[in-house]
Amino acid sequence: MTAAGALPYRLVVGLEVHVQLLTRTKLFCGCRNQFGLPPNSATCPVCLGLPGALPVMNQQAFRLALRAALALNCTIARHPHHTPGFTKWDRKNYYYPDLPKNYQISQYDLPFSHDGWLEINVAADPKKEYVPKRIGIIRVHLEEDAGKNLHDESGRGGDSLVDLNRAGTPLLEIVTHPHMNSPEEAMAFLEEIRLLLRETGVSDCEMQEGSLRCDANVNIHIPAADEPVGFVATPIVEIKNLNSIRAVGRALAYEGRRQFEEYQRQPQHYRLGKLLKTTAGWDDARGITVVQRHKEEAADYRYFPEPDLVPVVVPEQWLEEVRTEMGELPQHQRQRLVSQYGLSAYDAQVLTAKGRAMVAYFEEVTARIGDARLVANRMSDLIYPALAERKEEITTFPIRPAAFAEFLQQAPGNSQDRRDVFAIMLRDGVDVAEAKRRAGIKQWDEATLRDAVQQAMAANPKAVADFKKGKETAKMAIVGAVMKANKGAPNDLVRRLVDEALAQA
Amino acid sequence: MTSSAAATSLSSHGSARPIVEMTAHELLALQERGELTAVAIAEAFLTAAQQLEVHLRSFLWLDAEEVLRQAQAVDLRRRSGQPLGPLAGIPVAIKDVLCTKGIRTTCASRILANFVPPYDAHVIERLKAADAILFGKTNMDEFAMGSSTENSAFQQTRNPWDLQRIPGGSSGGSAAAVAGCQAPVALGTDTGGSIRQPAALCGIVGLKPTYGRVSRYGLIAYASSLDQIGPMAHDVTDCALLLQVIAGHDPRDSTSAPLPVPDYRGRLNEPVRPLRIGVPREFFDKGLDAEVESLVQQALRQYEKLGAKLIEVSLPHAPYALAAYYIVAPAEASSNLARYDGMHYGHRTRHKADLIGTYAKSRGEGFGKEVQRRIMIGTYVLSSGYKDAYYRKALKVRRLIKQDFDQAFEQCDVIMGPTSPTPAFRIGEKINDPLAMYLSDVYTVSCNLAGLPGLSIPCGFTREGLPVGLQLLGPPFSEETLLRIARMYEAVTDWHTRRPKLPVPPSPVTS
Ligand SMILES: [Zn+2]
Repeated sequence: MTAAGALPYRLVVGLEVHVQLLTRTKLFCGCRNQFGLPPNSATCPVCLGLPGALPVMNQQAFRLALRAALALNCTIARHPHHTPGFTKWDRKNYYYPDLPKNYQISQYDLPFSHDGWLEINVAADPKKEYVPKRIGIIRVHLEEDAGKNLHDESGRGGDSLVDLNRAGTPLLEIVTHPHMNSPEEAMAFLEEIRLLLRETGVSDCEMQEGSLRCDANVNIHIPAADEPVGFVATPIVEIKNLNSIRAVGRALAYEGRRQFEEYQRQPQHYRLGKLLKTTAGWDDARGITVVQRHKEEAADYRYFPEPDLVPVVVPEQWLEEVRTEMGELPQHQRQRLVSQYGLSAYDAQVLTAKGRAMVAYFEEVTARIGDARLVANRMSDLIYPALAERKEEITTFPIRPAAFAEFLQQAPGNSQDRRDVFAIMLRDGVDVAEAKRRAGIKQWDEATLRDAVQQAMAANPKAVADFKKGKETAKMAIVGAVMKANKGAPNDLVRRLVDEALAQA
Repeated sequence: MTSSAAATSLSSHGSARPIVEMTAHELLALQERGELTAVAIAEAFLTAAQQLEVHLRSFLWLDAEEVLRQAQAVDLRRRSGQPLGPLAGIPVAIKDVLCTKGIRTTCASRILANFVPPYDAHVIERLKAADAILFGKTNMDEFAMGSSTENSAFQQTRNPWDLQRIPGGSSGGSAAAVAGCQAPVALGTDTGGSIRQPAALCGIVGLKPTYGRVSRYGLIAYASSLDQIGPMAHDVTDCALLLQVIAGHDPRDSTSAPLPVPDYRGRLNEPVRPLRIGVPREFFDKGLDAEVESLVQQALRQYEKLGAKLIEVSLPHAPYALAAYYIVAPAEASSNLARYDGMHYGHRTRHKADLIGTYAKSRGEGFGKEVQRRIMIGTYVLSSGYKDAYYRKALKVRRLIKQDFDQAFEQCDVIMGPTSPTPAFRIGEKINDPLAMYLSDVYTVSCNLAGLPGLSIPCGFTREGLPVGLQLLGPPFSEETLLRIARMYEAVTDWHTRRPKLPVPPSPVTS
């Protein structure tokens, strides 16, 4: 499955993922929640933390958060000694210039959701079947984001500036169990969560813009027969500053190696009990983690219930509404693509990863021509590269499903010709017949080819006889003969005509 | 501004009483009858405010021109027959903890010395909509932390009944302004007694509404789960009048109650019968001044004469209220006041320092001693390792206190006792003894912890001529009944009509 088995240790990874919600307004005020506005233009007394201003919860944000939690198979607020659905807000106190109130409104002991899971599939080889794995989710809670400090990077010691547009925007914190055991699994988890939250409209999950952020808690377990649990665990390192999924993979692989090398230098230290838990930053350019501070020095956040907000008791009706809004989740979509269309797990995974719009396109084309595998293959041969090259989404792709279905039916058998025709359709906005004409590819009409099939059958009586005896492969001799005599004829059409003719012979 | 305007309108009314000694409802009636203009009222109070300010030091800010401009606008609208709001032409002094758009709002703190809010508090919007005249910003204990107004960073307000004494606090400026006839009514805020205690010590009426009755939007927070805004006035009717305007739901304050507001003045003069008065033995314990006790007992006898039944009730957790209060309130304050860090607004140190140094210096310079003390207490009680012993335990006590009241109110309609254990003390007397100072709130804090409405009305004077207050506590959202019960007493006493004699005549008196 992964390279983990080959290593002399077991990597143990838990992730803390922060996701910005796609709400119109901020979590506790009416300011716009939008990336890229001029600094401090989306602010008001509430998100500036001016004296006397009070927060009011944005119900849209709470519902989006519920959608994410349900999609992550979480339980919604079932806390001992509290009414079902009861959740509250807390203040997390710490000083920083990008935090105008010097406390963050967050959730502490009674998060709105907890105890969920997300299934991931990891396989390096497309031909292999996937092995699904459930990654446990400890909790998902909602909180307000901080602003951004803009430091003077000229080196001339200029003032640091603060942009508070992001202050108060809704942020979801997702904390997983340490259930991931390889960089690939962690990357697959992030890819899956990104797909899930994009598809459900919860977040756009742009790591570059910071709408998806991730910290990784990592240590390694080294087999040790004399330990009661059978292994030695290294102290946990929290890696921050992970700005891409690729960086997460690299950082985890590096950190696992680093911890093992450190262990090897003084293995006896690791049996004496706990070592300091540390925070490290990932330096992507150098490809190393850099220790920032020991956790023991971490702030005491002095959490207490936020007195300016009333607790929420999530009504059952909200949950029903949110469930209906959610639509088909990627995991269910994959299962359906396999069971309903006979796609391989790999193809289903690839297609689902392209998003709901792509799946809809696939389903529409398949409804017209029937052959799901062919559609999936041709989409990955032709449409995916075209979209990548054109930096375009499937929803605006000029060849709509009906035209693509027609193309598949009439496309040349030769793959180079097929590519040419597809390119012309795309370039000139013409249908497949016209594209073939412009490509100088002979038009094949069925009557001509049908005659050719009859001729080929007449010339190969043994093949016909073998086929009738049950030798399926004998068919290929007829198809080959037709294709040889009619270079460039559409392979699919020829096969169909041969099938028909043999059935009648 | 001249004083003749006041004299003229008064002479046509034929009363011998100065404008500034009148209540808001009297001033409203005179305006409606055309016997007095808003400008005449404004001029009379401006004169009094300015003349007495040298003694009382009630105001942190007062702009005569702005006051007159508002009054002229009211008169103009009245003359042109346009409808006017329920407080038309009534000057209302505002505690400087309430945000006023474009007007400096300091909380009597150096750290906010130059803070000009870009918005009005909800209650200020309501006052403006009611055509009230915003009549200056009053002095207070810094960030409403204190019981004597001695913690103001700017000035010492004095008690109009004895200029050597404190006016109470933290709404001491508002109390002194009303008692000293500088303004007919005022808004205060009450976190642990900050309306009721100064009202009692200055001989006026002060009401702390039920938590959630009045929106806190634009009230600069001290302790968010306890703070409420309320009226301070010469009599119960004026309190009802003012509460009517400021009460009601505001979607900008999540803790404001989405409940309809009753007509507080409608049945104000209807006695509550039968009336069962709960008298908690815990409110007559050691530490209560003998004269205060005797005056409060006399008031209770008076209620008996009016047909009320006195019932001894018990609030067994009342003795722990003060301790719980001085944990919960500082805990919230330590977080609420964290924003004053010199980064975005407010005082920033001139000393060059790194980030932490800038925080420490700005806050060290900007906050007074008592505020620093409470921030430290609050930070301590929330710290890991201490939170269970202090903060969580205080929350438990708070729940028990609420239960005590719930049980008591099954037996009675109102609970009565002294508002403050002593009359006004001398300036400087307790300033170096924070614990003695905290005891000033011993009878008022449980009401805030339980979120109940509480009212203080004048019930007599000590031999030294210092006013004493009777405290009335009711179940949640019982303000209407509470005001009626207070009015029963007021109707048969004249304490509320007394005015202090101050060195300078408050305003010209016509003959
Ligand atoms: Zn805002």
